[in-house]
Amino acid sequence: MVQIDDLSRIIDEHPFAHGMDDTLRALIVGCAANERYDAGQYVLREGGRADKFFLIRAGAVALEIASPSGAIMVETLSDGDLLGWSWLSDPPVWTFDARATQLTRVISFDANCLRRKMDADPALGYEVLRRFLPIMAHRIHAARMQMLDLYGPGPRR
Amino acid sequence: MKMDVQDSMVPVPFRIEKVRRELSDTFTMELKPEAGGAFRFQAGQFNMLYVFGVGEVPISISGDPGESGVLVHTTRAVGAVTRAMGQLEVGETIGVRGPFGKPWPVEQAFGSDLVIVAGGVGLAPLRPAIYQALANREKFGKLVILYGARTADDILFRKELERWRGRFDVEVKVTVDRATDRWAGNVGVVTNLVARGGFDPMHTTALVCGPEIMMRFAAQALVKRGVSPAGVYVSMERNMKCGVGFCGHCQWGPHFVCRNGPVFTWEEASPLLAVREL
Repeated sequence: MVQIDDLSRIIDEHPFAHGMDDTLRALIVGCAANERYDAGQYVLREGGRADKFFLIRAGAVALEIASPSGAIMVETLSDGDLLGWSWLSDPPVWTFDARATQLTRVISFDANCLRRKMDADPALGYEVLRRFLPIMAHRIHAARMQMLDLYGPGPRR
Repeated sequence: MKMDVQDSMVPVPFRIEKVRRELSDTFTMELKPEAGGAFRFQAGQFNMLYVFGVGEVPISISGDPGESGVLVHTTRAVGAVTRAMGQLEVGETIGVRGPFGKPWPVEQAFGSDLVIVAGGVGLAPLRPAIYQALANREKFGKLVILYGARTADDILFRKELERWRGRFDVEVKVTVDRATDRWAGNVGVVTNLVARGGFDPMHTTALVCGPEIMMRFAAQALVKRGVSPAGVYVSMERNMKCGVGFCGHCQWGPHFVCRNGPVFTWEEASPLLAVREL
């Protein structure tokens, strides 16, 4: 059984929590759990209720969207990445499948638990959102670059 | 083979010794001078290749600078000249002018980590630098190759990438923009790999080549990670014609890309890339 102190230390090692104030970290640790997913196991499924988010400690997760010709992989995430922000939207519903492509260890956070604490403590709410926003901006930027089809045919010559 | 400026305007006939299909639209040719002799170049330089009766195009050299017996070019067929080039067969003749341009600063990077960031067919102009780095492996710290392609089927020099990844002294990371669940590697833009590469940004020289937008964001990611803008090099492509800075077709601000480039530091390139009209 992983103790709270161990979880706190593990979370502190993740880039998401770097530099986080001890008091705030203690608040989010109360909503955290250690999880593992085997290769091929789904972490979350499109359309499901987004009631968690995940800090990936080790492993790899593919974000996929189902299509009639099979799953299309949109992005892969690995050690040090954050998975899932749909819990922040309304309604909180996953918009992709996330499948572990190898043995993957994560810290999961209960979104309802965290949302309650964020509502009660605006400083925590601000801190969590402040940490999510650059990641979301980076992912949106990367998605735009993927849409550009950069490696398509260049200038004719 | 060394040319002076006057000679540089006259194509030298080379015989096509081998043609290899790399991808559906990309091929590699091995050439030898019909008159015999060697061809020396530095990693990052380019030649003007002349398909007789069709036209001439600038193509980077993709072979080993330590191997002067054969000239290697990897070309993507995207227009009239390159498509005609792709139809040429072993034994036919092609005109070569060059080598032209400023090379990758491989030797200046001795003593530091060397990071190669390539996108799509941009791996071809970087392959000579990789060969040179591998030939001098003990003179570098970490050697990191980050490569992005459109799909798994579009990975250039796949076998070589796999071979380099198999070495204990090279870190190779590959990502594709689109994949199905048959692909077990990374999916996402190549700039994502910059954050994950195991190099010391304070002691890193980075060589970047690919589509211009990719180079822009890769260079920004390297600088954000802490690499000096003077230590990031990009290979620019403009409308190179004469190859020696006479005709002005490839003028880019104060530079002629054929003569002052194609390799520029990010410090030099970034202010010019910010000018929309250039």
